[in-house]
Amino acid sequence: MKKTLIAAALLAAVGAGSARADALLVTGAGATFPYPLYSKWFSDYNKLKPDVRFNYQSIGSGGGIQQITQRTVDFGASDAPMTNEEMAKAPGIQHIPTVLGAVVVTYQAPVAELRLTPETLAGLFLGEITNWNDPRLAKDNPGVKLPDAPVTIIHRSDGSGTTAIFTDYLSKVSPSWKAKVGAGKSVKWPAGLGAKGNEGVTGLVKQTPGAIGYVELAYANQNKLSMATLCNHDGHFVRPTLEGTSAAAAGVEMPADYRVSITDASGKDAYPIASFTYLLVYRDQQDKAKGEALAHFLWWAIHEGQQTAPSLDYAPLPKAVVSSVQKTLSTLTVQGKPVSLAASR
Amino acid sequence: MPPPADIAAQARAPAATPIPTRATAGGHAGDRVFALTLVALGGAVLLVVGVVVLELYRVAQPALAKGGLRFLIDRDWDPVAGSFGALPFVYGTVVTSAVAIVLAVPISVGMALFLSEMGPPKLRPVVSFLIETLAAIPSVVYGLWGLFVVVPLLRDHVQPALAKTLGFLPLFRGPTIGLGYLAAGVLLAIMILPTVASVTTEVLKTVPPSLREGALALGATRWEAIRMAILPYARPGILGAALLGLGRALGETMAVTMVIGNAPEISASLFAPGYSLPAVIANEFAEATGALHVGALAGLGLVLFGLALVLNSTARLLVRLVARGPRAVA
Repeated sequence: MKKTLIAAALLAAVGAGSARADALLVTGAGATFPYPLYSKWFSDYNKLKPDVRFNYQSIGSGGGIQQITQRTVDFGASDAPMTNEEMAKAPGIQHIPTVLGAVVVTYQAPVAELRLTPETLAGLFLGEITNWNDPRLAKDNPGVKLPDAPVTIIHRSDGSGTTAIFTDYLSKVSPSWKAKVGAGKSVKWPAGLGAKGNEGVTGLVKQTPGAIGYVELAYANQNKLSMATLCNHDGHFVRPTLEGTSAAAAGVEMPADYRVSITDASGKDAYPIASFTYLLVYRDQQDKAKGEALAHFLWWAIHEGQQTAPSLDYAPLPKAVVSSVQKTLSTLTVQGKPVSLAASR
Repeated sequence: MPPPADIAAQARAPAATPIPTRATAGGHAGDRVFALTLVALGGAVLLVVGVVVLELYRVAQPALAKGGLRFLIDRDWDPVAGSFGALPFVYGTVVTSAVAIVLAVPISVGMALFLSEMGPPKLRPVVSFLIETLAAIPSVVYGLWGLFVVVPLLRDHVQPALAKTLGFLPLFRGPTIGLGYLAAGVLLAIMILPTVASVTTEVLKTVPPSLREGALALGATRWEAIRMAILPYARPGILGAALLGLGRALGETMAVTMVIGNAPEISASLFAPGYSLPAVIANEFAEATGALHVGALAGLGLVLFGLALVLNSTARLLVRLVARGPRAVA
């Protein structure tokens, strides 16, 4: 009796498995920031090629790196590039930049347009500037009437790529930030309150008079938050925009493995707090069908995929980066043999 | 972690010894199987706890090896510099839970007295249904409500009033920002209220009617009967109810992290922002980089486990002492 039941269950499981195996399933895991865009890409691509399905779990960049290192997924995704230590554990890994994101400074004060120099921004988050009528803020905003109100700093409490990008920028522009705090996904904040996620920071900033916080550009755009105009590397004040974000990527020299920080980039229009987000794949794919599907998808993503990015508030890759990613994709191999991308072209 | 075969062996091992004595008394094969199953289920609890502690200890090893017991008393939490101390989180957890218990227990006892002694019988089921509904609200909803309703209320009204009247105490000093220990404690109090109130109600219902009637017959007022006959009888049960509430307050994560301010600092003032053990684990674990950071977070898990154990044992001891009290008098 029991044996027949087990046999029946096994048969059912096998049956279900074979039914699902019709479409090729490629799995990935990682960053939450690009998740809305990736899921749009996967569904668009599935319409184009119904025999390939993607399954992406947005578990966070750290989890994505861990899973691709252990090869439990076919591709990973991360906002921050992998560290040398992490790279050593995953030999043969390749970063593929997909789109760009930016971090904006949002605030709650009766100031129509807030202009901040890097020194003032660092002063605020270091807890040195505690009132809105501070002379440093007044110097950045000539002719603007600043209120006499305390500044409340709001930062992310959860470990996040957004924090990593923001603190990376502050470390570049402020020696005292670099010495006291440093850069990372979680840091020891010298001042202020922590809130969970972009939505938590936004909620706190909105309801705390005099608050200043930082969130992703996409999130700020969709929620119509007030955003500060920042002074970039070349001394120009730039509003946070998708164009400014793409311009930041054009203003840096791209290393072969794409692991580069593009905060504080040079260029007239470059917005200073920007970063790539990456997909992580192995240069040599073990599974023939999956490897080829992945390579074709990546090719599609850096071409057709880029056109859907701005509508979802992600900045597309600049042309120069697209052409170098093309070259990188053509070096991908499946079981040691080069992948033919002819079908994609 | 031991390989699966070892776990299975461990699970079977404790089951093997006590069976023969019990089973020979019954004699039926069915009894033996039943007893074996129950022992295995009981043993499973121990096994799960053991595996959790062992695994936490294993993952926490890098952090514990670095600082040892200093981990418990260090106040610095700096993931960039790799310096980790648990004290601000332990402090935050204890303070918020204490505020919650102090606020929730008197209110719960009042509610329970209303439900079991004073309230109009027709109203009682309605009120008790509403209290139990509170328990079914997800904690993230409590957190959002706390952030958008409780925090502004505390910031604009309660905290300025407290600072004005009780400002001479260090507890109620400093800038009134709303987020902090007090907000988390108030929210936790509301969250544990249903548990404490409904258990207390059940406890009060077990008070023998003869006690109540006897007191009233001797000329006691309603209040005197409650104070002198009912509450002393129910005291161990009420403590037990508070204990259940404390358990929930210690482990609450989502609602606390949304209103406590998430700043790893130790402040005497209840107005100041703080941090709690479960909140920091939930916030940082997903994106923790490096074995040391993950280890420190696992270490915090161990500390939380230990804290729950210590508080639970203390409370149990208290219950036993209190339970002995009235009987000694009688």
